[in-house]
Amino acid sequence: MMSTQQSAPVLQVDHLGVTYGHVRALDDVSIALAPGRICALIGVNGSGKSTLFKALMGLVAPDAGEVSLFGLPTTQARKRQLVAYMPQTEDVDWTFPVSVADVVAMGLYGRLGLTRRLRAADRSAVDDALERVGLAELRRRQIGQLSGGQRKRVFIARSIAQDARLLLLDEPFAGVDRTSESTMIDLLKTLRNEGRSVLVSTHDLAGAPALSDEAILLHGSVLAHGDPTEVLTPQNLALAFGQAVAPTSGEGDS
Amino acid sequence: MDLVAFFLEPLQYGFLTRALAVTVAAAVVAAVLSCWLILMGFSLMGDAVSHAVLPGVALAYIVGLPFSIGAFVFGAGAVALIGVVRSTTRLKADTVIGVVFTALFASGLAIVSATPSQIDLMHILFGNVLGVSTGEVWQVLVLGALTLAVLLLKRRDLTLLAFDRTHAHVIGINTRRLSALLLGLLALTVVVGLQAVGIILVVAMLVTPGATAFLLTRSFDRMLVMSVSLTVIASVAGIYASYYLDISTGAAVVLCQALVFTVVYLVARPDGLLWQLARRRRSTRGGREGAPARTGSAADAVLSQDA
Repeated sequence: MMSTQQSAPVLQVDHLGVTYGHVRALDDVSIALAPGRICALIGVNGSGKSTLFKALMGLVAPDAGEVSLFGLPTTQARKRQLVAYMPQTEDVDWTFPVSVADVVAMGLYGRLGLTRRLRAADRSAVDDALERVGLAELRRRQIGQLSGGQRKRVFIARSIAQDARLLLLDEPFAGVDRTSESTMIDLLKTLRNEGRSVLVSTHDLAGAPALSDEAILLHGSVLAHGDPTEVLTPQNLALAFGQAVAPTSGEGDS
Repeated sequence: MDLVAFFLEPLQYGFLTRALAVTVAAAVVAAVLSCWLILMGFSLMGDAVSHAVLPGVALAYIVGLPFSIGAFVFGAGAVALIGVVRSTTRLKADTVIGVVFTALFASGLAIVSATPSQIDLMHILFGNVLGVSTGEVWQVLVLGALTLAVLLLKRRDLTLLAFDRTHAHVIGINTRRLSALLLGLLALTVVVGLQAVGIILVVAMLVTPGATAFLLTRSFDRMLVMSVSLTVIASVAGIYASYYLDISTGAAVVLCQALVFTVVYLVARPDGLLWQLARRRRSTRGGREGAPARTGSAADAVLSQDA
């Protein structure tokens, strides 16, 4: 890892604006994230969480402001395998004929040659990643034959194999039971302790403080950013969710 | 008639061995491509490209160029046109595809009807595999080998593209260029296949083998192998059926593909219709009310083990 990347913030968003047609999805969003942190990105559907993720991945063209990752333009950060993305469960085709190990191996493709053929070292990288998320025994299984929590862990294993420094997780706890959720949180904390950074988009208010080192409350623009308990005040939540929401309201799947 | 004679008799005719070579070569390339097409939901795109090549084929005949050049130009042009209209309007992909390919097909018909003496429309639409010349056999073999080589070389990237486009983008792959490559190869495959079964039926070769193989396996590599094996069997059977039953070759080949699909659809485990019905009967007899009748029972069993 180069020294410029170590000193620069993991992600730096300055006055970012994104517009779809006539809809202003993000307006004047500025965020800086230090390395080795888990940050919860909280907001209702349509608050711009997905758009912010897309901007970080270079999938939407901003009409104002700038995004840099590890001090690099997003294109460069992608080419250097610094960013990993975990899709929402409903965006994955679970009938697709790939095995758990196949999906994890896809994390390595950016480092492989023209045909993406795995060498011995790559295969052991896949094995290590599977071992770390506890899916080594299920490596040959087709992905649709996994439980909700296991499905999520496949994609975490893929970002471990990729050795990404910034993980973008889109609603990782949706459709996951409590046991799997706490397994995943432990896993994410281990990854953080290795110096990786994790940005988790979620609308689970109750889980956020247990999971994250900091929280961002998003509603088209940044309403609050800081310590989770300070961000998730009733007043802030009323602003973000449009009505009074008790911060301890459990499931948070509305 | 003994079995050896049954298989050898048709092969004494040069036109039949040429037909066999063209059909099997085209079917193999199409079967490989079909595995990605059906996973990406691109089946209709195959239909569109095959219809859209008609004006290209007609113009090539008029000008005296190899048919494959005209067909490829219009096939790739149709893909590009669909992409442009799609990205500059709010219309859904299938709508744009419908508008573009019918327009191109109709212009092809118009061109053919304006120059009736030179072109046999029936041959273009329904194939004329029994009438292919040695030169055309070589065109098919060379283009087929080229397409197949690129597909196999890029197969892991194409599978990644079909499975998770966003991840492909995030790790620095140019997904737009990769999609364009796949669609270019689709156009080439159509060019190769239309000699064998014609414009109208080439979509069957682009969809049915992959669909059949998908029902049989949960591994992509095995899906490729099964898709190719089944399509070779169906193509050879189709050619022989066409010879002995004296029916259209293109139709016979496509019917054999459909027959293979039907058999697999009925008996494949665990998702075949017969197994589904058997399971449903067993579960109602066992009094497991409300147990989902859908196909996931293997997965469900596995899940309860792991929980």
